[in-house]
Amino acid sequence: MIRHAIILGVAACLFGGNAFGDITVEITKGGVARTPVAVVPFGWEGQPADMPLDIAEVIAADLQRSGRFAPIAEENMLQKPTTGAELDFDDWSFVKAEAVVVGRVVQTGDNAYSVSFQLFDVFRQEQLVGYRIPASRGTMRIVAHRAADMIYEKLTGIKGVFATKVAFVTAERNQGGQTYRLVVADQDGANETVILQSEDPIMSPAWSPDSRRLAYVSFENDRSSVWVQTLRTGNRIEVSNKPGINGAPSFSPDGRQLVLTLGGIDGNPDIHVLDLSTRQTRRLTTHRAIDTEGTWSPDGRYIYFTSDRSGGPQVYRVPAAGGTPERVTFEGGYNARPRLSPDGKRLAMVHLDRGNYRIAVMDIRSKELLVVSAGQQDESPSFAPNSDTLVYATRQARNGVLETVTADGLIRQRVSSGQGDVREPVWSPFPRY
Amino acid sequence: MLNYKFAVTTLMLVLLAGCASNTVPDPEPGDSSYDGVDSGADTDVYGDDPFGGGEALDDDYTAGELTNVIFFDFDSSEVRADFTDVVARHALILANDATVRVRLEGHADERGSREYNIGLGERRAQSVRRMLMIQGASAAQIATVSFGEERPVALGSDEGSWAENRRVEIKYTN
Repeated sequence: MIRHAIILGVAACLFGGNAFGDITVEITKGGVARTPVAVVPFGWEGQPADMPLDIAEVIAADLQRSGRFAPIAEENMLQKPTTGAELDFDDWSFVKAEAVVVGRVVQTGDNAYSVSFQLFDVFRQEQLVGYRIPASRGTMRIVAHRAADMIYEKLTGIKGVFATKVAFVTAERNQGGQTYRLVVADQDGANETVILQSEDPIMSPAWSPDSRRLAYVSFENDRSSVWVQTLRTGNRIEVSNKPGINGAPSFSPDGRQLVLTLGGIDGNPDIHVLDLSTRQTRRLTTHRAIDTEGTWSPDGRYIYFTSDRSGGPQVYRVPAAGGTPERVTFEGGYNARPRLSPDGKRLAMVHLDRGNYRIAVMDIRSKELLVVSAGQQDESPSFAPNSDTLVYATRQARNGVLETVTADGLIRQRVSSGQGDVREPVWSPFPRY
Repeated sequence: MLNYKFAVTTLMLVLLAGCASNTVPDPEPGDSSYDGVDSGADTDVYGDDPFGGGEALDDDYTAGELTNVIFFDFDSSEVRADFTDVVARHALILANDATVRVRLEGHADERGSREYNIGLGERRAQSVRRMLMIQGASAAQIATVSFGEERPVALGSDEGSWAENRRVEIKYTN
């Protein structure tokens, strides 16, 4: 029979700590003015000659990647203060910085550091936020992202998502066929960790609301089954292996249930809800059309899904407690793979736009539909936990690559993550500290 | 209700099979003299099967090379007229020997959403399954699986590649 090579919980960091050499951020569309900010190299007080991480570089890269900021190059800085007391605001208005970030890293023990930073408004000459965060070598990078989150939120009013992660699937051709990998990486592409590797397809990753588990579909038994894997331990449980299709898992807001697609022996895919503790399933749709790609509304009341009961695929919703499905999308002949923004206000989907499969975002209240991507075969939209940005897969030559776009369609950029054909990105919820 | 719909589908498939086989002998389950279109090549039926798992038939079955891949039109799960007799020949094999098992692997082209494409691949596999059953195969002999767009045979993003990927592969599993 076919050999299945499954590697579990392999902490195979393809990219190490300082990963900027491997990450290309390419802004493909920038529709808003970018605020000039200065992130001054952080001061260092400690034993080794070098800091464990260039925190200012991580913060500046985060702000740049948001598309809303233009960090000022180090060689254009007239001074390099490490505390607010040393700031000369005239020097910063001269280089047209609207905000300045200064900070220090102090070694407090063998593997213990204290990271402090302050953000200043140059025009008003006042501190907007200041913070000190304890760190170790292992947490230094995430601490830098948390600092960037606080700075970003103070300057834009939008919660930062720099400390979040993205899971995705990659496929690489080899002699015998393809190698599929389920990968988790920081949202900037750093710290890639392969959590599952298989010679059979892996599909449809979905985060648990606490970010600790991923549900996904694996064909490792030569047919589809749904698994839930705990990231920290690598433990995985097969939660659905019924006859026919077992697909499209998505966690309920409380993390106790999965909505999934079951096809049965007669191959009629319908939406079911699986209780993860009792393992009981409850069927929500019975139509003989394809009903799939279910996803919960953030308030837990509805399950949105794709159905081609009207002919082509359209988005419908059904009360999570059971009831009559109602159609949600009416614009265009192909709307599939719905995903709601965490604030419940918008619905992202794959939308056929004049011959191109693109990502569209619909305002739930006004029903207005906005196409936000520009590829020919864009798929798998997933909202960031701040509801402001989406990640999706697009094509570059023969391979899938990831792009992010703001929900208003104004800032779009490519994130080079993963090797081979990269697909099905899913953005993690906010981390819980 | 569901039974009624199934009956209508069944009737349509029977009619379709009937129409399509006007130019070739009617496939009759159990009729081992039935000869496919490509008669001549005197090889065993599965000799060139690239998908493995088959075995030679030991009767006087002398049909031409029998393909194990059924192709589909864009956005369709209907077995095309040019494949109805391929399906009929596989049905005959199944009807003749209740111990033979097949697995129907449905596939879609790469366009559109992945899980929806799993549904489309399954629908294609089911369409072949029903056709086999109408012609004498039993449900117990047939398993289906859909790989959606996850296992393409052609890698291009063009009409030709898409057409090659919209398929059901019939794999003999014993």
